[in-house]
Amino acid sequence: MNINATLLGQTIMFILFVWFCMRFVWPPIMQVLTARKQLIADGLAAGERGKHELELASRRAAEGMHEAKQKAADVIAQAEKRATQIIEEAKAHGKEEGDRLVSGAKAEMEQEVHRAKELLRQQVADLAIAGAEKILRREIDAKAHAELLTLIKSEL
Amino acid sequence: MSGETLTSSEYIRHHLQNLTFGKLPDGSWGIAHSAEQAKEMGFWAINLDTTIVSFVLGALFLFVFSRAAQKASAGVPTGIQNFVEWIVEFIDTSVRGSFTARNDMVAPLALTIFAWILLMNLMDLLPIDYLPLIAHAAGIPFLKVVPTTDPNATFGMSIGVFVLVVFYSIKMKGLGGFVGELTLQPFGKFGMPANLFLEGVNLIAKPISLALRLFGNMYAGEMIFILIALMGASWASVSFGSTLLFGSQVVLSLGWAIFHILIVTLQAFIFMTLTVVYLDMAHQEHH
Repeated sequence: MNINATLLGQTIMFILFVWFCMRFVWPPIMQVLTARKQLIADGLAAGERGKHELELASRRAAEGMHEAKQKAADVIAQAEKRATQIIEEAKAHGKEEGDRLVSGAKAEMEQEVHRAKELLRQQVADLAIAGAEKILRREIDAKAHAELLTLIKSEL
Repeated sequence: MSGETLTSSEYIRHHLQNLTFGKLPDGSWGIAHSAEQAKEMGFWAINLDTTIVSFVLGALFLFVFSRAAQKASAGVPTGIQNFVEWIVEFIDTSVRGSFTARNDMVAPLALTIFAWILLMNLMDLLPIDYLPLIAHAAGIPFLKVVPTTDPNATFGMSIGVFVLVVFYSIKMKGLGGFVGELTLQPFGKFGMPANLFLEGVNLIAKPISLALRLFGNMYAGEMIFILIALMGASWASVSFGSTLLFGSQVVLSLGWAIFHILIVTLQAFIFMTLTVVYLDMAHQEHH
């Protein structure tokens, strides 16, 4: 338990140990600790950002969904409207066509009637002429009275 | 007990004697075989046990920590790295708490002091007779395994700290500032001798109190271990009293060892904290 040169040895050893620790032990460990702190901070920030983005995305998705529903409803309403319109148009068109057909048929009928009348008139005229001829065969020269006969024919 | 039958006081003295290497009375160099011989060697002798044990422990600390430092990565820490980082963070926090200036040397210094003293103190928890007994079998007459029970070790460290305190005082305040601090307060320039005396005592008390506090605590702890061991060793034959003594040795050593874990850690921590505080004071303009 005497104070001797061990004292100097211990002091030198102490200084060397401190120097070694300061040079090779402390800085790398502190560096790692700082790096890990940064890593954790970054990770937390990234997590926070991810959460925020998820929130935004879900909100955007909800909006999109809403919009799509709206659009679909619009399309359906428009389609219904168009369908009614088409039906109306078809009805109108059909009626028109029917009217046209009816009036055509009427016109044709009238024409037919007219032609029949004309034919009948011709035949009556011919008959009358024939009758008149038979009656007047002797008295009337067909050639001489042709002008007269034609006049009568047109008046019939 | 080591070999031959010894009286109690011989046993105690044997345990408190360092293995000293120096110049023997006959002029040759060798190991002292008695306390008187060691004393006669004077200053130029060396305590081999203190030196070797403290060197091995310091080297062990630096080996483990530098290995962990080399392998360390910022990823998930494992095993030894985790342990090392835990201690480093603990030291860093406590240095940040009591050291306000900027100096990259203080934290590694605090770590070295804490870890080294803790390891040296922990040698106290090894069974007190085992290592000396093995050493005796190997022909080594004395072995004191706890370096911090040797004042050479504690004063060695505190002188290192003292040199740093003086160095940084002069570096931060200039030589004039340091001398002024020693002579111009607390009584102003007309009380210079009184100032110098008070501040001188204040300055010198720092390393002495650092060293003696650690030495005293560890020495007392060691002493109690020795006394407990003596009590158990005093049994002579198989009898009720002897069995009781032996049993109480076991119980008391266990109790004291558990309590001593606290002292061991606390003393290492106190030495470290006071060193940091003294260095902080050295960095302050006014204190």
